Amino acid sequence: MRIAVASALRSYTGNREHVAASGATVGELLDSLDASYPGIRFRIVDEQERIRVHIRIFVNRELADLRRRVAEDDDVQILCALSGG
Amino acid sequence: MATRRRPTSRTGDRASRARRLATQPRIVLLVATRKGAFFYHANAARTRWRVDGPHFFGQIVNHVMLDPRDRRTLLAAVRPGQLGPTIYRSVDLGASWQEAKQPPAFHKAREGELALAVNYTFHLTPGLASEPGVWYGAVSPPALFRSADGGVTWDGVDGWNEHPMRFKWCLPEDQTPDGSILHSVLVDPRDPAHLYVAASSGGSFESTDRGASWRPLNEAVEANFSPDSYPEYGQDPHCMALHPLRPDRLYQQNHCGIYRLDRPATRWERIGRNMPAQIGDIGFGIVLHPRDPDTAWVFPMDGTSVWPRTSIDGKPALYCTRDAGASWQRHDKGLPREQAWYTVKRQAFCADEADPVGIYFGTTGGELWMSPNEGRSFRQIAGHLPHVYAVVAATLP
Repeated sequence: MRIAVASALRSYTGNREHVAASGATVGELLDSLDASYPGIRFRIVDEQERIRVHIRIFVNRELADLRRRVAEDDDVQILCALSGG
Repeated sequence: MATRRRPTSRTGDRASRARRLATQPRIVLLVATRKGAFFYHANAARTRWRVDGPHFFGQIVNHVMLDPRDRRTLLAAVRPGQLGPTIYRSVDLGASWQEAKQPPAFHKAREGELALAVNYTFHLTPGLASEPGVWYGAVSPPALFRSADGGVTWDGVDGWNEHPMRFKWCLPEDQTPDGSILHSVLVDPRDPAHLYVAASSGGSFESTDRGASWRPLNEAVEANFSPDSYPEYGQDPHCMALHPLRPDRLYQQNHCGIYRLDRPATRWERIGRNMPAQIGDIGFGIVLHPRDPDTAWVFPMDGTSVWPRTSIDGKPALYCTRDAGASWQRHDKGLPREQAWYTVKRQAFCADEADPVGIYFGTTGGELWMSPNEGRSFRQIAGHLPHVYAVVAATLP
């Protein structure tokens, strides 16, 4: 599955905006991403399995949580809000 | 006939100076800021500084420490503004960095427990030479982590993090601007099992079993924001330091004054009472002379009314004691004479190991200052940096 990654996370993906991952849920996609790009999952999800405050994950442009099921042709975006100065 | 030239006193002075400089340590300042880290390498005379950086550009860096056991390994506590906190490690003085495989993180909360997540690592402390690879990391919300492999993986120190009194000692979140923190992890150089930590707020605590158990160490330390002004715990130490050559001597700059404690006593003495009354004894950091346990420096802050936390009257100055706090002398030569509203955070104030000792501080306005002569005069090393969170003077091989 093709996933769009926010710019703040691209230090993990070799600066690639789109990366491949597999899984039946958003949580499994992140596990797959972490296997390919170690450390990226902890930037997205904290140790209590909560998506971090400034991160939003969209599946087909709908806000998703870690349990959201995904299919091969879904459009998955991991976005990062910017705040502060 | 050739005549032998007698050395003049001037050439003799030069030779003497050259010999002295040859024995001086190589100093690098590890400057952590809100937008990255900058390393300033000094020449032997500490008159010129070469900057290396920014490292982690755009990311919040709370602390960078050099491992004194090998003098090559650096650890950096980093938090991209929007993402979670992590630790980076370099074994080549910052030429390259590797992220920790397992950064500090709490256990997954059990049913009914408060689900805590590390907000950022605030403070890094290397273990003793007898424990190679050991590091401590103090985080916000206040918790303690330990690495036994040079900072690659980190585990919680359960004796603190799971202590039944922990949420009474210090709140998990007290809504201070940067959140409540654990800081000032001190390892007794005679005994790696003997630890001190300070929590802001929460107080100072001691462990003699490598962090398995802890007890408060706050006797006679004021907490004027508490219904009981001298409680067992709940004080707000801003910075605590232990003298490496006299490890039974502790100093702390507290929200409510400057204190000294000589163990095994447990009652702190408010040595800040000896500061000039118009200056007071409020501040963030306290710096110890590396070879003289009686000498310390503080940077007083305005702690009146709404706590502006700036230099007093806009006139920055350090105060130095050379008699363990019995008296204090003002040092401000070379610093701005007026309208300089500096705030110097608790980890942005330090000393090097040279002789005479160099004193350094960074400001929230992005200035980096030094004194090459133990405070007798100051000069600016850099300006226009981001908000400075920490300055560490490290000694290179």
